[in-house]
This record gives sequence, C-alpha cells and structure tokens, in this order.
Amino acid sequence: MSSRTKNSRFTGSTIPQNSKIDNEKSGQEPRTKNTIQNFSSSEFPDFDICIIGGGPAGLEAAIVARTLGAKVIIIDDNPGLGGQLIKQTHKFFGSKAHYCGVRGVDIAGILSKEVKGSDIDILHNATVVGYYDDDIIGVLKDDRLFPVKAKTYIFATGASENTLAFDNADLPGVYGAGAVQTMMNVYGVVPGKRAVVIGSGNIGLIVPYQLLQAGVEVAAIIEIMDKIGGYYVHAAKIKRAGVPIILKHTIIEAQGKECVEAALISKVGGKYECLSGTERTIECDMILIAIGLSPLCELLYQAGCRIDYIPELGGHVPYHNEDMMTTKKNILVCGDLACIEEASTAMLEGKIAGAKAHEALYSRTKQGKKIVRQAKQELSVIRSSPFEERITFGLGKLK
Amino acid sequence: MKGYLKEHPILEFKRGKKIKFFFEDREVEGYEGLPIAAALHAAGIKVLSFSERYDRPRGFFCAVGKCSSCLMEVDGHPNVMVCMELLKPGMRVRRQKGQKK
Repeated sequence: MSSRTKNSRFTGSTIPQNSKIDNEKSGQEPRTKNTIQNFSSSEFPDFDICIIGGGPAGLEAAIVARTLGAKVIIIDDNPGLGGQLIKQTHKFFGSKAHYCGVRGVDIAGILSKEVKGSDIDILHNATVVGYYDDDIIGVLKDDRLFPVKAKTYIFATGASENTLAFDNADLPGVYGAGAVQTMMNVYGVVPGKRAVVIGSGNIGLIVPYQLLQAGVEVAAIIEIMDKIGGYYVHAAKIKRAGVPIILKHTIIEAQGKECVEAALISKVGGKYECLSGTERTIECDMILIAIGLSPLCELLYQAGCRIDYIPELGGHVPYHNEDMMTTKKNILVCGDLACIEEASTAMLEGKIAGAKAHEALYSRTKQGKKIVRQAKQELSVIRSSPFEERITFGLGKLK
Repeated sequence: MKGYLKEHPILEFKRGKKIKFFFEDREVEGYEGLPIAAALHAAGIKVLSFSERYDRPRGFFCAVGKCSSCLMEVDGHPNVMVCMELLKPGMRVRRQKGQKK
C-alpha cells in the first residue's frame, strides 16, 4: 500500500487477517445470543433444508436435495435465480457433464427452469441478515423482518469482490470487474469508453473481452506478478484482440476530478515495490479491479462455525470436510463461500452438499450415494489440473 | 436512448417501459425495472454520493448489493442501495453525504 494513500473505500470482511475464529474452543459464549423479538411472525412453515443463495452451487444443492425427497427453500437477494452466472456470456469448458460449451447465462436459465418446475420454495429479493438462537435465520424482505427455520442449512452465499488500496481508489470509475460485467451484460448499460483492468486472473481476462464485445475500448490489463494469472485460453483470446497484458506493473493512482480520467501505473521490483521513474499514465474512464474475491462468511461466523484463514481458498473460509459439512452439524457450505473457484466446481460442491444434507436428515440412499461419488470424482479430475494446484494445496490445509 | 447497448453479438436485452424519474430534481429518463444505479450510469451520472468527512465523490463498486458504496436517498428514504433497488416511474433520487442514521 502506498504511504500516500489518502482515502480508499473499504469493503469486505472486518475479521482481522490471519486469525482463526473458533467460538467453541475460545471458551467464549458463541456469538449467537440474539433474540428474535423484533421479528414479524413468519407465515413460512418449517423446512427440511434451507439454501441461502441461488447461484450455481445453491441451485444444484436444491435440485439434488429435492430429487432425493427433502422439502427445500431457496432464499436469494436478487430478483431472479442464477447468481453471478447471469452475467457470464462466455462458454464453459470441461466435460459435457459440466455444461461444456454452454454459456454461463444459459446454464443459469437451465438450472432456474429446473428449480421453478419443481415444488422448491423460492424467496426472491430476500436477504438473510442473521443466524439466531435455536437455529433460526432472520430474513429481510420488502422492509419486513421475519424468521425462517429449517432443520439443515446449506450456505451458498458466494463471494464479494476485493478492493485494492491506491490513491483515489474511491473515485467513481474505479469499479469491481464483476460490477462492470453486471452493468453491461445484465442491464445492457454502456459501462464506459476506455478501461484499464487490474489483475489478470480469469475475471481480469474474461471481462475485458466482453468489454470489446460491447464496443468498449480496453487500454491494458495490468498484472503485478511476472506471469498471467488466468487460463491460457482466455489470455490468448484477449491478446489476439490486441489488448496488451502488462506484467510486473501495478496501479498507484486513479487520476481525475469527479470521475476517473486516467490510471497512473508503475513497474514493480522483486519485492513488489514501485520503481521510481517507471511511472506512466494511461488515459481511461474506468479502472476495473479484478484481483480476486473474498468468501461471504459473516453468517457462518455468527452461527458459530469455525472460520479458518486460508489465502489459497480466498481468505477467511468456513472449515468444511469433503462432504461440505462445517463444524456445526446442521450447516453445510458450497460454492465460492467454501473456496473461491469456478462455477463448474461450485455446481459439483452444491450436488455434494445437497445429497449430504438429505442424508444427514434421513438416511443414506443409493441415489444420493451415487451423486456424491460422481461429483467427488469429477471434482478431483478438475482439481488435478496444474491450474488448480493452489486450490488443492489450500484444501489440504483444512483440518 | 444513449448510454445503453444497442447491438451485442451474444445478448439481447429485454427492457422495461421507458419512464421518467428525478435525480436531484432534474428529470431523467430510464427503463422501468432496471436498478436505479444502472439507469443513472446510463444517463451519465456516476457520482452517487459524497463521503462523510472529506466530501469525496463516490460511485458504485460491486453493483450486486454487497459493498454499500452506492447508498442514496430515494423518495425520502436514506441509505438505499441503488444497485439493487429497482426503478419506478416518478422516483425521486438524491445524492447523500455519508451514511444517514
């Protein structure tokens, strides 16, 4: 962080870095001593399984749990289902079972159609705001707060985009790369005229390509490391389109009065320090931050689940075993919340979570066992790729 | 309308009715059902609020209801997350300073 940094926006988790949070072991009262007296009464019956988040992981979990016979509700804070798939216009790759060759937005359509065609209850535009005593969650919808109770919860809350501290990082025009993707691909809004992208992970490579498709100029992709972070296929595509990927560089300042007018970048040395004399400005009206995501684990922290700090998985993640179960018996996790990865792995984790949640409530079924075995097999195939080494290493730290 | 994508190689945009709303008492056009932040952005309005202490201009950051960078006053209600709140005809949207209690 530059010492000149005057002001930057802060988002994300307030949990200090590198801390392990374990309510039970610390001997403190779990932080769930909350009363529910402020709730309006609920008109919702008790559910077997409540799924928080209707993205790829949550939807797959719901479909599997329902198929096996559980009574399921999905709570999602968006007007439609699909989570962040709805803005992903690129085709997925992998095997046919993982919707290879299908665009993310179409996968969202397939999954939501299947959910809507079943008797799974869906609460749209509803935010889960807390986890309370007696394993009740508080739901805020249309300015009304009410409780929902389920025997088992599957959290599939996803992740939020990381911010980066540099001078004027709070200037309008500094956006999350995913935010720009939402603006142009979901709402059809022209996001800007010329973009500089910070970070060359998969999001940092895919979003600029989609900007070009929408007719927006991309000045450059800036990467602090000495190699590109994302898949080679995406990098090759954006390079062919003529967008330079500038390695060993970082942003030091967003320039402009009311909105971004330029980005000041600099070369970095071996310790990622800015090398003076190498600064240069790139004119742009948008700076896209694509430096990673952080799992949205606040609710699990409140519920008393153990949270571990594993940078390879995205920072603070709820502890979970390979059955996607947390340290709390009635809580499972899946998707980016469990580990920042791809939508295809999120869907597989969702399948495991859905089947295991059903198994914990009733008994092991042949069908459920088969779903879990298959999903685990497919996960291990995906994770055996050298691109996933970091994830495998991080998952190994979960103990 | 300016500010909206017209042609896209992959996507087709189904938009709501064209409606009028107010930004700082100025009449602005937008499509019904879009989040307020999207309609404002398309209308060229990027500064959504000012920071509490230093009056620094602020815009949206995440656009998916996670970061609270886009809080505005909507129809008299402060702290409305305009990236999630959907546009309705005649809405009165104002910039706010800091977070209101």
